[in-house]
Amino acid sequence: MRVVAAMSGGVDSSVAAARMIEAGHEVVGVHLALARKPESSRQGSRGCCTLDDARDARRVADMLGIPFYVWDFAERFADDVIEDFFAEYEAGRTPNPCLRCNERIKFAAVLDRAIALGFDAVATGHYARRVDGPHGAELHRAVDPAKDQSYVLGVLEQWQLERSLFPLGDDLKGDIRAEAERLGLLTAQKPDRHDICFIPDGNTAAFLARRLGELPGEIVDIDSGDVLGQHTGTYGFTIGQRRGLGLGNPGGDGEPRYVVDVDIDTRRVMVGTPERLDVIGIEAIKPTWANLPLTAEPVAVMAQVRAHATPVPAMAHFDGDRIRVELLQPIRGLANGQAVVLYEGDRVIGSGTVDRTHKKS
Amino acid sequence: MLDQARAAWLENSGTLGNPSSLHASGRAARRVVEESRESIAADLGVRPSAVILTSGGTEADNLAVKGLFWKRRPEIVGTPVIIASPIEHHAVLDPVNWLVEHEGAEVAWLPVDSLGRVSAADVESAIAAASGRAALVTVMWANNEIGTVQPVHEIAAVCRAAGVPFHTDAVQALGALPLDLSGIDAVTITGHKIGGPFGVGALIAETNLGLVPVQHGGGQEREVRSGTLDAPGIAAFAVAVHYAVTQQSASAERLRQLRERMITGVAEAVPQAVLNGDPSDRLPGNAHFSFPGCEGDALLMLLDAAGVDVSTGSACSAGIPEPSHVLLAMGVDESTARGSLRFSLGRTSADADVDALLAALPGAVERASRAGSAVRR
Repeated sequence: MRVVAAMSGGVDSSVAAARMIEAGHEVVGVHLALARKPESSRQGSRGCCTLDDARDARRVADMLGIPFYVWDFAERFADDVIEDFFAEYEAGRTPNPCLRCNERIKFAAVLDRAIALGFDAVATGHYARRVDGPHGAELHRAVDPAKDQSYVLGVLEQWQLERSLFPLGDDLKGDIRAEAERLGLLTAQKPDRHDICFIPDGNTAAFLARRLGELPGEIVDIDSGDVLGQHTGTYGFTIGQRRGLGLGNPGGDGEPRYVVDVDIDTRRVMVGTPERLDVIGIEAIKPTWANLPLTAEPVAVMAQVRAHATPVPAMAHFDGDRIRVELLQPIRGLANGQAVVLYEGDRVIGSGTVDRTHKKS
Repeated sequence: MLDQARAAWLENSGTLGNPSSLHASGRAARRVVEESRESIAADLGVRPSAVILTSGGTEADNLAVKGLFWKRRPEIVGTPVIIASPIEHHAVLDPVNWLVEHEGAEVAWLPVDSLGRVSAADVESAIAAASGRAALVTVMWANNEIGTVQPVHEIAAVCRAAGVPFHTDAVQALGALPLDLSGIDAVTITGHKIGGPFGVGALIAETNLGLVPVQHGGGQEREVRSGTLDAPGIAAFAVAVHYAVTQQSASAERLRQLRERMITGVAEAVPQAVLNGDPSDRLPGNAHFSFPGCEGDALLMLLDAAGVDVSTGSACSAGIPEPSHVLLAMGVDESTARGSLRFSLGRTSADADVDALLAALPGAVERASRAGSAVRR
């Protein structure tokens, strides 16, 4: 196959590219430029879309002896990921930009372009497994539970999955580093990245505040209706959040209070006791559904709502537009905008964006 | 690199010392440098003392632009104005912008017509508009991207009449066009464009121009440029300059024929292709096309895979292809600018290269337009 290896300049995508070559594919390395004026380097653990990363990716491609190009997706990234990030927070939701990037950039814009240019697939360094099943490609959890990234790939539709390759899913991270070392790749010891790549200092609240400005409002106790404090913007709060409220001992009972609701119209941040966070049902929009053949019956699944959250047992019902998820065990703290990914065993069978939650109380 | 130039480098690299040293091997190196300088001067019709050897075109451009600006600043009442074309190479554009940002310069960008040409009349008006504050004028001899040749002698005459120093970057012109340097105050040339070594070039400027040094140190080059001289590189450079000047007419004729074949062939193979720059008064080995609806970098990648090397405008430090500032200055819109490619022919280009391009191009254009529409919403 002719394969585009998406090379971020990190250890994972370096090894992924190397494995594609070993597997006998015709491989071209592509680094995605996601910022128009990238910083030359970045401190700490982060390392996405800097000049250093572009150079590292290029050097790995040199070492592997494959052609290498930089594809400019900065404009698309700004529109589809960063603007979306602002809009979601502005609307009182909590987006996952990595997931959005996979959905709109890596496995959409990049994949479209690769196909148009005559490639068969895009390979990335994500930790997930693509398994060929009776109804086509299936997405499964990676073997390394600590690195599993099937959650952020859960948004991929069938056509995208069919054209995607994840060569690292069967291995542990440590083995990938060892392989990079063995291959002499200069990225072997590069630290992992965790944070949002377009927020270099990691301070999401400050990043949002710079764009959205101050939108002051009240912090209100959902039970008593008392105003407990003031805030400078609802976008600084997400459901389930406890830190940063600055309320001291809000209820006078020594019990902490959590953000349980955010009302963007009144700019009120509602706080309450943790029981208020227990979600027992989810309605998700923008669904993907891979559990074929379709059935009208609810399906027993494990539902996961964050990249590294523990999945809980649930019954999922897909009606074509929405997925309704009945949680058999409550999830504490779930905001609209988050993705819910549904698993059958290790296999992703569906996903959606949380649009409504049903609470126990 | 030219065989003759490489031979000169090899011959001198084994034995020579530091040309600044006073011992025998130093003297031998000094002699090679001076003979090379005299050879370059003779080929270009200037005095040997006018040849300031540098590390290449970028350094020579920096020395000309900054050196002239700093020389002129104390002579000017008010804010000094740099008059420049917006289609200069970055080695000129960036020093100009730097002087504006850091040294209080003002810049007057010259208009460029749709063929990518600056006019002497506009230079004259810009000098008049600066009312005595014009510090220097810089306009390249021929544009590196679209190939259009500039009326440098007319511009030089206007500048001389107004008493404003004129610099031209002739990196692309040397070897491609006959170079008559008379009346021009400062001229940039470099080795690697003429089959000489990388990392050696020169600024041709008479001593009385009064350039202020940019780089300080041993003062090796007339106290205007410091840094130990690379004697073997300079020897090879001189050989390349000699070859460029003496072979210019024959090589230009050969390239022009090859280029015309390429231009005709491209027009037949891809009827929607648009030739940029002056159709005839252009660098002999240059052709530059816009392919509407195509992304230049996709086209570059596809042609690269077919073994054809082409260039888009330029890439930023991260390797992101930028729409060409030259095309934008000519009034071309950004999306067309992004779908443009330069095809350069040189000493080693032959009919087979043109054939390979013409064979690969239609398919690549078709693919690249699909890729262009794939990423457009």
